[in-house]
Parts: sequence; C-alpha cells; structure tokens
Amino acid sequence: MKLWMLIILGIILSIVSLFIGAIDISLSDLLNLESDKLQIFLVSRVPRLLAIILAGAGMSIAGLIMQSLSRNKFVSPTTAGTLDAAKLGIMISMLFLSNVTYTQQIIFSFAFALAGTYIFMQILDRIKFKDVIFVPLIGIMYGNILSSITTFFGYEADILQNISSWLMGSFTLIIAGRYELLYLSIPAVILAYLYANKFTVAGMGEDFAKNLGLSYKLVLNIGLVLVAIISTSVVLTVGVIPFLGLIVPNIVSLYMGDNLRKTIPHTMALGVVFLLICDIIGRIIIHPYEIPVNVTVAVIGSAIFLIMLFRGRAYAKK
Amino acid sequence: MIKIKELSKRYGKKNVVEKVSLTIEPGTITSFIGPNGAGKSTLLSMVSRLLEADTGEVLLDQQTIKKWKSDEFAKRVSILKQSNFMNVRLTVRELVSFGRYPYSRGRLTEIDEKYVDKAIDYMNLGEMQDQFIDELSGGQKQRAFIAMVIAQDTDYILLDEPLNNLDMKHSVQIMKILRKLVDELGKTVVIVLHDINFASVYSDRIVALKDGKLVKDGPTKDIINSTSLREIYDMHIPVQEQNGCRICVYFNSHA
Repeated sequence: MKLWMLIILGIILSIVSLFIGAIDISLSDLLNLESDKLQIFLVSRVPRLLAIILAGAGMSIAGLIMQSLSRNKFVSPTTAGTLDAAKLGIMISMLFLSNVTYTQQIIFSFAFALAGTYIFMQILDRIKFKDVIFVPLIGIMYGNILSSITTFFGYEADILQNISSWLMGSFTLIIAGRYELLYLSIPAVILAYLYANKFTVAGMGEDFAKNLGLSYKLVLNIGLVLVAIISTSVVLTVGVIPFLGLIVPNIVSLYMGDNLRKTIPHTMALGVVFLLICDIIGRIIIHPYEIPVNVTVAVIGSAIFLIMLFRGRAYAKK
Repeated sequence: MIKIKELSKRYGKKNVVEKVSLTIEPGTITSFIGPNGAGKSTLLSMVSRLLEADTGEVLLDQQTIKKWKSDEFAKRVSILKQSNFMNVRLTVRELVSFGRYPYSRGRLTEIDEKYVDKAIDYMNLGEMQDQFIDELSGGQKQRAFIAMVIAQDTDYILLDEPLNNLDMKHSVQIMKILRKLVDELGKTVVIVLHDINFASVYSDRIVALKDGKLVKDGPTKDIINSTSLREIYDMHIPVQEQNGCRICVYFNSHA
C-alpha cells in the first residue's frame, strides 16, 4: 500500500464524515452561510473530524512505540494497562479533590498512565518467559486489576456512572471546546517521528542499543512519556478506544517492516482511515442515532486481531 | 589496546568472574574458551560495557571505559551477542545502515552510504539487501549482523558465540570472514567459542577460563596440547596434527 493512497482515502472519508449526521447538511447550505447549519458544521462536525484524526493517529503511534520498546507485537495501550491506569488517575482525582478542575484531571491521568505503563515495563523486564501471547495476557490482567480498583472506589463513592459514561469511547459528545486537549498529541507524534531511529534501535534490545552507543534507558523513558501524553489526551476527550494501537501498527509492520522512520507516516494515516471508517459505520447503522465508536472499533478490531493471532502468530514470533 | 585489570563480577554469592587480568593484542583473533559457566560471556559483556564490573577496570587506550563517551566508544568497540530473540522486521540494508548510527544518528551521509555498500559487498549480501532479516536463514542472518558491525567500522569486534545454531558450512564461512577481517582490514576480533577446534584452527591467541578464573592466556600453539587442555576441561584430550592444524580428538576420550 502506498502512502498517497491512504492519504487520498483519508481525505475522501473525512469529507464523508463531515456530511453525515442527524441533520442533513449540504455543500450549498455552507455556501449560503445559512446560520444554523453552518453553526452545526463548525461547532460539531469539524471538531468531530479533527478529534477522530488526532485520536486515530495518536493511538496508533502510541501503540507503535509500545510495541517497539517492549519488543512485543501485541503490547499496546489497551494491553499494557496504560488506559486503565489513566482511568484510575481520573477517578482518584475526582475522589480526593473536591471540585476537581480539568487541569488537575489531566495531570492525575497523565501521571497514572505514565506510572502504570512504567510498572508494566518493569514487570516485563522481570519475567523470563517472553512469549508473544503470554506478555499481552499479563498486560490485560494487570489492566483489569487497575480497572477493578477504579470500579470499586467508583462504586463506593457513587461516581461510577460518571466515570463509565464519559470514558466509553465515543465522538458523539465532541463539540468545539471539548476536544482541544487532543492537540497535545500533535507535539507527541512529532517527537515520536524525530525519535523514530532511536526507537527502532531500542526495539532491537538493550544490548544492541548499547552497542551502537544509544542511551537505552533515556529513550525508553521518553517513549513512555509520549505514550502517556497521547493516551491521556485521548482518554479524557474521546474515552477508551480499544484495539486501535494494537492492530494498526501490526498491519503496517506486516507490509513495511519495523523501521519506524518509514512506518510512522503509514501508521498515522492507516490509524486515521481505520477510525474514520469505524466512526462512519457507527453513525449510519442506526441513523439518525449513533453507536459509540468504541463498539464498532471493538467489533471490527477484535475480528482483525483474531485473524492476526491465528494467521500471524508465526510472523509475530520471528 | 584493550587492557583488562583484575575484573570481577558476582551474582549473589557466586563469583562469576574473579580477578581476571589480560591484554587483548591488536590485530589478532583472541578466543575465550572454557567449560560451561566459566564466565566467558560475562567477561566479554563487561569488556564491551554491556555489563558493569563489580571491581577492576577495563582500559581502552589507557582510559577506563567508564570515562568513554558512549558514542565514541561505539566507534571503537562493537559487540554482537547471540540475538535469538530478534523479532524486528528490518531489511538487511536497514540493519547494516544502523551500524552507522554512532556516526550519523540515523541520518546517513554519502560517506555513511559508502560504508554500508562496502559492508554489504564484503559479506556478499548484495542480492538479499532488500529482504527482511526475519526471512533469512541462520547463516545469512549472522552475516547480516556481521555486515552491520563492519559498517560500524570499529577497531575491536567482540562476538559472543557467533557459531551457535549454525551448521558446519556456515560456521566455517563465518570463521573465515573473521580471519579476513583481521588479516585484510586489520581488525581485532575477540570471540567466545564453544568448539575448541574452531578456536584452535582460527585464533592467534587463546584465553581459557574456568570457574571465573583465568587459567591460560597465550598463543594458540601453547594452549592446544593435552596438558593444558586437561587443566581447562578436566579431561584427556588427544591432539592430532592435520594439514598443519591442531585438532582435538576428544569425542571418545576416557577421563
């Protein structure tokens, strides 16, 4: 697959995305500057599209970084506890700070996502049996433990509904003023691209990296910070989108390999295309109502993931 | 010149390497031999600063390796460890290009590209340079990694059991390449070997370790004889001359 094909596909899907919704907006409506529809377009449709693009590109890159640094194809923010830790952070901030501000939530969520991922990497460092399937299983268990802590305290404090409602991945509530945090993932993705070679070298193992004079620990930590920034910005605005960081980098790796400098643009583009498709499906299936994007992503994503598991086990093992 | 001074490493209560001192002669192949668990790989890892020594020091050009900047060190000494857990999909050319990382930080200049071309030619990898390394056979993969080290262009090349999992043909091929690196390009090769006969036939000097201690250190001809070998391996190893090579015939030896 060529990058320009993905980009053209992405642009077509973006235009489709802009003109789908409960209210019909046509191009002429916009040109006529008819106030209501133009308003909906600018306050809801455009922010939604931007949010999808930022979240799709960001989560895919976060997954790519994690797979490279953990040297495991099936590790991603969903299978390493990152998103669960971010959720826990938000819950803690709501629990302990009365009248918690948005900034405080961001800080808590970021700190927990970072610490949670770091702990997972430490666990990974200590287990000897590094099977491709075994490692993400540990990550999923670990994530579920974090998640159950969130649920328990959320239940006790009666804020469970609060948490689960706006942490379910969905672009429905995205309007101007509610998604701008996602812009944080832009510098994170740019940094990831600048560090691409270092991540590739680190992905060959600590010994290999040291041989080439790379400070492995530093690169590892920078990678984890980038993952935490992206994950936090997505969780707090859109919610949890499963599988995205898992399958998109793997598909690109299959046809392009693991040289991050080469694969980062593809991974971003494919992530955007994939998320746009999932969101559009969710919006037309029961039109004029919507299925949240995390449901469509989970259905399509888990199917692809299963195919990858069965057909790609040999590939992931190599 | 690499000088190892009283180097020690403990794991728990076990001295894996104990007060080992030796000098690596430039322009030679030096083989580390010895029974399993003698500390050969640990010693090599400490020399290449992959592992920190508990006591003692390693000097590269009279300066302790701790004081070398890591990218400067990477231009002088390279190490290849047995990399069986390598699930990264890079093409041969990409892998070899990473050998230039200490010089270019990943942005290859024209000079870097020339080094990469030369290394690929030298290892006869031209035809497969665009293949992914995970699609290569064991011998080809090992050649690709050696090509990377050649591109890294270090004076010292350290290898930890590079013949592991290779068949006879490819083992001979790799050892001949290492010999060429020393004889033609003036490199210094230090290698951990299990097969005593490869050590005997291809190396200039042999360092023998046992229980973490240095037991023998000298030119190959002084080490490959039944008396010395008994000291190292605790078994009778008859040595026969064959085409000017000393071959250890230990396969049916009695105690």
